Order: sequence, then structure tokens, then C-alpha cells
Amino acid sequence: MIDVFINITLLAFLAITAVAIVRMTNLFAIIMLFGIFSFLSAGLFVVMDAADVAFTEAAVGAGISTVLMLATIALTKDQNEKQSASHRPWLPLAVVIMTGAALVYGTLDIPVFGDPDAPAQTHVAPYYLERAVPETGVPNVVTSVLASYRGFDTLGEVVVVFTAGIAVLLLIGGRRPKSSRKKKEREGNDA
Amino acid sequence: MLTAVSLAILITMGLALARALMGPTVYDRIAAINMFGTKTVLLIAVFAFLSGRMDLLDIALVYALINFIGVVAVLKLVIYGDFHSSGKDNTKPVKVD
Repeated sequence: MIDVFINITLLAFLAITAVAIVRMTNLFAIIMLFGIFSFLSAGLFVVMDAADVAFTEAAVGAGISTVLMLATIALTKDQNEKQSASHRPWLPLAVVIMTGAALVYGTLDIPVFGDPDAPAQTHVAPYYLERAVPETGVPNVVTSVLASYRGFDTLGEVVVVFTAGIAVLLLIGGRRPKSSRKKKEREGNDA
Repeated sequence: MLTAVSLAILITMGLALARALMGPTVYDRIAAINMFGTKTVLLIAVFAFLSGRMDLLDIALVYALINFIGVVAVLKLVIYGDFHSSGKDNTKPVKVD
């Protein structure tokens, strides 16, 4: 009962945050709200039993991407450029509503959430559920699939993320402001 | 008991969200997001006891660490404008608001 209430409240906060992000013009406040959005969705993932996804969401969404976006703001000028709201939103709105309606119509054919007869429940899931713990010794089945059964896949993803991190560090670290570069040179001369 | 605690945490989250939405200065918003992260940690911890899955406590700990590091990085960026200042010369604050 209470977890249903927590679900609904978190989802309502999520919707409020999303609308506020769309309507605000202050970029710094928007980034702060992005952080709150990530914390909310991570909390929702935890409540819905997806602990590892919540882990990633909190680390990447609330931690790294907030800092990266703030660094982008610090590196760029003209933070709060006002945009005239003279464009007509009706065509994009109609397209979005039609796409959303088509997607909702598409979900009518998929099995109900948690249906035991759904293909996802009867095809490969029983294999992992029965064998994950004796074969890998990891109590969380999702983690055992990610870290053991698909270990090489995860390793590849980590390499990709690591490479992206190095590239971002190079980009951010390469564009030092002039004063600090001069200071660096001075320090270099002293040494 | 746990129900009352989680209700109180949810109300506090709503208040922090309101402060983040309205907050006139940068520091209001930073305090709000820090508060919100802390409440997320508490909510996950309470939910761990509520659902009896103690492994969620580890996740709450990780959230606390991420929250701390994130807020420190945000504050450093707001005050010094970059991540590689030593902190001795308080030169150029970024204009964010």
C-alpha cells in the first residue's frame, strides 16, 4: 500500500520537475532540476526493484552529467539568451500527440505488466532464475547476467564509457582560461 | 511507523522541490538539490526496511557519496569557475543568476 503511494508521489514529483525544466529559462536552475530529476527516477527504479539501473542513473545522471553540464556553462558565454516565443507549437504538438497515441495503441498488444504467461517470463528468464545463483553465486539475478553471463559485453561497454570519459576530460582540460594557463607557465618557469 | 517516516520524507522532498523551483539565488537551489539527494538516500533506506531487502542500504550509501561529491563539484564550479583552481586565489566567480 505505502509503496504504491511512494510510487505515485515520486512520479508526480517527476512530472512537476519535467514541466518546470521545460518552462524555465535559467540554465543553472535547469541543471539543478536535472539532478533532482535523476534522483527521482533513481528512487523510482529502486522502488521498482531495479537496483542496478538505479545505481547507474544516480552515478551518471545525478553525479557526472550535472557536473559536466555545469562545466559546459562555465566554458560558454551568453548563458541566459532569451528566445522569442513566436513560433507556432501546433504542428509539433500534433505530431507528438499522434506518435504518443500510436505508441499507446502499440502497448495494447503487449502482455500485462507482471503477467506470468508473457514470453519474457517463460522463454529465457526461468533459465537465469534457476541457474544464476548456483552457477555464478551472485544473489541479484540482473547483476549476475550483466557481470557474469554477459561479462564481455559489459567489459566492452565499460571500455566505451572510459574512452568517452577520457575524451571529455581532454576537451574540458584542454581549454583552460588564459589566466590559469599563464599561472601554469609561471609555475613551470619557477620550477 | 515506517509508513509515517516515509510520508514525512516524501513531504520534505516536496518542500525541497518547491525551493529548487522557486529559489531566488543559486545557493537556494544548491541547498535544495543537496537536501533532495539526502532525502532520496533516506527514502531508499526506509524502503529497504519496508520491503525487507537490506541490499538496498548499500545503494543508499552510494547515493550519499554521489550526492556529496556532486555538491562539492557544483560549489567549486560556482565559486571558481573551473575544476582545476587550487582554491587559494578566489578570483572570478561565475555569473549564474
